[in-house]
Amino acid sequence: MKGPARSHQAGSRQTLAQALVAVIAASASFAWALSITPAPVSRQMSTPEAMLVRALLDIRDSKFSSAFDHIDSLLLSNPNFRLAQLVKGDLLLSRTRPINSIGNASGGSAEQVAGLRDEARVRLVRSQIEPSTDLAPRYLLQLPKKEKLALVLDSTKSTLFVFENTGKTPRYVADYYVTIGKNGLEKFREGDKKTPVGVYHVVSRLPKDKLTDFYGSGAYPISYPNEWDQMRGRNGHGIWLHGTPRDTYSRPPRASDGCIVLTNQDLETLAARLQIGSTPIVIADSIDWAKPDEVESLRSDLASSIENWRRDWESRNTEAYLRHYAKNFESNGQNLAQWSAQKHQVNAGKNWIKVRVSDVSLLLYPGKGDMAVATFEQDYTSSNLANRMMKRQYWIRENNKWRIVFEGAA
Amino acid sequence: MSRIPLLALGAALLLVSQMQAGFAANSYEDASKLFKQGSYAEALEKIETVITANPRDARARFLKGLILTEQNKPADAIKVFSALTEDYPELPEPYNNLAVLYASQGQYDKARKSLEMAIRTHPSYAIAHENLGDVYAKMASEAYDKALQLDRSNAAAQTKLAMIKDLFTGSVVPGKGSPDTTAVAAATLPSATEKPATPAAKPTPSATKADTDAVLAAVNGWAKAWSNKDANAYLAYYAPNFQVPGGEARANWEATRRDRIVRPKLIEVSVGSPKVSFDANGRAVVKFRQGYKSDALNTSGAKTLILVKDSDRWQIVQERMN
Repeated sequence: MKGPARSHQAGSRQTLAQALVAVIAASASFAWALSITPAPVSRQMSTPEAMLVRALLDIRDSKFSSAFDHIDSLLLSNPNFRLAQLVKGDLLLSRTRPINSIGNASGGSAEQVAGLRDEARVRLVRSQIEPSTDLAPRYLLQLPKKEKLALVLDSTKSTLFVFENTGKTPRYVADYYVTIGKNGLEKFREGDKKTPVGVYHVVSRLPKDKLTDFYGSGAYPISYPNEWDQMRGRNGHGIWLHGTPRDTYSRPPRASDGCIVLTNQDLETLAARLQIGSTPIVIADSIDWAKPDEVESLRSDLASSIENWRRDWESRNTEAYLRHYAKNFESNGQNLAQWSAQKHQVNAGKNWIKVRVSDVSLLLYPGKGDMAVATFEQDYTSSNLANRMMKRQYWIRENNKWRIVFEGAA
Repeated sequence: MSRIPLLALGAALLLVSQMQAGFAANSYEDASKLFKQGSYAEALEKIETVITANPRDARARFLKGLILTEQNKPADAIKVFSALTEDYPELPEPYNNLAVLYASQGQYDKARKSLEMAIRTHPSYAIAHENLGDVYAKMASEAYDKALQLDRSNAAAQTKLAMIKDLFTGSVVPGKGSPDTTAVAAATLPSATEKPATPAAKPTPSATKADTDAVLAAVNGWAKAWSNKDANAYLAYYAPNFQVPGGEARANWEATRRDRIVRPKLIEVSVGSPKVSFDANGRAVVKFRQGYKSDALNTSGAKTLILVKDSDRWQIVQERMN
């Protein structure tokens, strides 16, 4: 088969390469798409994702047989990697007829194919993630010593970042591809198929044998709806970190009912390090990365607000103490007026108060940067009462001052 | 690589096989006849004696593979064709048939590799290209099903891959014929030269321009019926005594053709620079460049059609890809 047939094949392959570039370009500038290079050395190169990305980049560079080899060996170890199957199908089909897009499968729904195309785009975007040593998410202001790690989810990159608590700037450990809610972020109602935005923590562990295959290697419910969500009237429940069914390596970027889905492999790796009941997870639209000194100035600002609150409480100067509370403060059904009345009454009967605060966790809320969650151990002693508890406060910036908008037991 | 040792080897083989040619050829023809009649057990018995006498007889071993295939013993047939590809890596047909057997077992990756080998040795091997197109499409659809979690195992359409029924039939021309192929072919296949069917038509002393036009009209009509995916019209261009490639039963051949014509969404067959000549028997020999384009395949190759005039119609009695 000389001439025509060969050139026809080359032609159809070329269109596949163009289709790939189009997929990449759908979310970013064309020039950027063409400049994609394989993942930085600092990230694992032998992961299924790295192999997939290498195949996609080979397609872009018209190295089809190398692309096919990558896909084939990837599928050998991960036959349930659906996107890889789709790309394999395209590579094969392009040998028989010209194709113009990624995913030429007949049958199945348009939504399924669109989901896998999305995954291709996200996987490529993820291949560009280069964890910085001098930037960290702005949210992780302070972690107590007992906290080993913190999770931060970047939904635009479909990526869950894992940071290790070093006592200073958190250190990047790993990042995982994740699936979030079909309808994106800002969960509000039960059944809206959205993932919440906010500061949460992992509350429990549901072992594999208590779950159906759908959740894969396990599930880790998080604390949605948190106190702030409840104040805002947000409802729904059952936002979990969980795995994938046995026959599915990964799911498209937006496919869950609001849960955060990892591959079983990644979930197992992560699970080994999770601290149930404490590991924080910050879910953001897009991570706000900041320099350590910016984070430090925020942290010290907030920490001194907490220190002032503690001191004013000890002083039994109830007016000074109450100045730390925001106008729309709430605590377990009490508003600011009721809270104030109660504090006046209680403090009046005391000769002395001692408050010790330790193991402080300070997490900035994703969004405008005007809210933060403080969680700490509070050791309260007074002339007529002593109590030790884990406390949580939501601080907001009101007239450029940090004030407490919620306070309660953690 | 020097060709001299290969040619010498070929000559030696030729000598050996000539010594046995008489006996072997007869027995081979018998086995082949039995095979065509569907008497597979007898055909197998016969061909085994040929192979025992001359274990290197590629054509006999090839026929054994075909017999085993018809007997629905794919594992045994695979062994036979597989050994042929090892002993005669330059022959494309065993690769093709091996691929068909692998494909029938759903082993598409092995089928693909076999066909790619066939094409590597014979880039113009049309059937292998067509089969490879089928295998790629099948593999693609398998991958897509996995991608989309579709379970089509129940509805799995068997691929219709063409099994080559004979080495060196009219429909299969092993490409440019490397010297070693020729040597082996000559050595092991002494009786494989093609014998044209005895013509039924009377000789016409001189062909008129009208005849030439009528022949071309028939060829163009045939290509058009094919392009229109009108299987009935297409098959009507074949004479009742059409020499079915590979000695296959006419009904089987028609079924395969129908499938090949109906299945693609789109077919475009073109007849490029046709040359019409008439042989001594008054048969029209049309040589042209056949372009074939479908949603699955795009090829072109030299084709020869031999047509015979029956009452007023020119009909095809032989068809070959060159």
